[in-house]
Amino acid sequence: MKLEEKLGVNKYYVNEGHPHIEIIHDYPDMAEKMKLVNACPAGLYTLQDDGTLAFDYAGCLECGTCRVLCGNTIIKKWEYPDDTKGIEFRQG
Amino acid sequence: MSQERFDAIVVGGGMAGASAAYRLAKAGIRVLIVERGNYAGAKNVTGGRIYTHSLEQLIPDFRKRAPLERKVTQERISILEGGKSTTIEYNGGAEHPDEESYVVLRSVFDKWLADEAANAGAMVVNRIQVDSLLMQGDRVVGVRCGNDEAYANVVILADGVNSLLAERAGLRAPLRPAEVAVSAKEVYTFNKGVIEERFGLAADEGASWLFMGDITHGLMGGGFLYTNKNSVSIGIVVSLEHIGEADATIEDMMNEFMAYPTVARLLKGGKLVERSGHMVPEAGYQAVSTLSGDGFIIVGDAAGFCVNMGYTVRGMDFAIASGMYAADAVIKAHKLGDFSAGAMRYYDLKVEDSFIGKDLKQYRRLPDFLNNPRIFTAYPAMVNGIMQDVFTVNGKGASPLVPKLLKRANKAGLVGLAMDALKGGRAL
Repeated sequence: MKLEEKLGVNKYYVNEGHPHIEIIHDYPDMAEKMKLVNACPAGLYTLQDDGTLAFDYAGCLECGTCRVLCGNTIIKKWEYPDDTKGIEFRQG
Repeated sequence: MSQERFDAIVVGGGMAGASAAYRLAKAGIRVLIVERGNYAGAKNVTGGRIYTHSLEQLIPDFRKRAPLERKVTQERISILEGGKSTTIEYNGGAEHPDEESYVVLRSVFDKWLADEAANAGAMVVNRIQVDSLLMQGDRVVGVRCGNDEAYANVVILADGVNSLLAERAGLRAPLRPAEVAVSAKEVYTFNKGVIEERFGLAADEGASWLFMGDITHGLMGGGFLYTNKNSVSIGIVVSLEHIGEADATIEDMMNEFMAYPTVARLLKGGKLVERSGHMVPEAGYQAVSTLSGDGFIIVGDAAGFCVNMGYTVRGMDFAIASGMYAADAVIKAHKLGDFSAGAMRYYDLKVEDSFIGKDLKQYRRLPDFLNNPRIFTAYPAMVNGIMQDVFTVNGKGASPLVPKLLKRANKAGLVGLAMDALKGGRAL
């Protein structure tokens, strides 16, 4: 099962058009980018063919791993989603 | 709550926050819990097991009231390498009630605990995010949520491992990658009776199963599996310190873990119902933050209270106890009318004197010891290799066992092995 399909079983209230995390897509340092590619438990950071980093906030599990790893480099903004938005764990 | 005033405000309705509020409400303190999820537990994740000694102090009849999945009676640890596995199993369970542990699911359990706090008299507000702390100089005097402000004599920060509030208010140093691990977890449901049959358990009994080896690609960490009533919680935890250098993503590691023959057969036929992810404070005593100050106390994961010993992982029993100690400090401060940094120190001292302080200090060298690729690659290979030697009969005639074992140990590196054994002995 692909990770996107796995995330598909989760319950999300996506705040359309209001990303709670913003990144510098063309950040030059590859080592920094690999931290996010390897660590995001939702696999939301993907390296593109042109070397830039793509990110989709919709599947975010709100763990904060990317903030801790790259809060001073790639991550421009990290907030929790607005009230009532984001992931809702039913198992936890 | 445009501009309200309480005796105490708790940020976060998880185990630490709800425990603090429960105890405060019982003592007649006007306490507000502000929870950002649609319900307490909606944003929370555990691997699976809580040691209930501190919960028992808070709610003595929790066994009758709490939504517990299963009581852990079976412990297994597996060492994985190259598709092979060696497993140690212990069946015996707890000798005394205060040594028991239970598998729980946080979205269910935390909701219950927050309800208990509400029933005790705490005001619980869900769906509201605290944006920042209200400060007067160095003193925390309340919280801001959007355009609303709420004031209190003390704010208890129970906002979890990724605590933005304390960091942004400058009350604690930012979390460093070396201080935390990331976890991915999945829950698979099964038909009734499958768990009992597959794990060899009686109706209410549960299994805890930890895994270490090549699944983490040399990173500090491992896999876990816990049995719920009719589901299995399975996941992987890896340290963030060197994760960028790893040759695999956490999802690759998770898939390799779940594809291990030992593991795959346990999950067969299961239906995935949730995929979660969370951070785990892992650096033990070194990572414990500022615990309190003028008008505030930090509890649970937000304070860094967690111990990973490899074979046991704990955080929730610390969370509940720290919530209780915070409540005790606030009750005392309330009586004296003094919420200064000096008065809040009572909490720090209670933590240091308790099992929290003792356990965190006792195992303070462990993270350093475990942060060693040999432990996750060379030694698991050695253990499984030895098992292979011991159990292999091939008709070519036996060769003496001791030289074979030495060869396995030599491959892992004898000097390193001796030094790591010594270091491990000291760390425990």
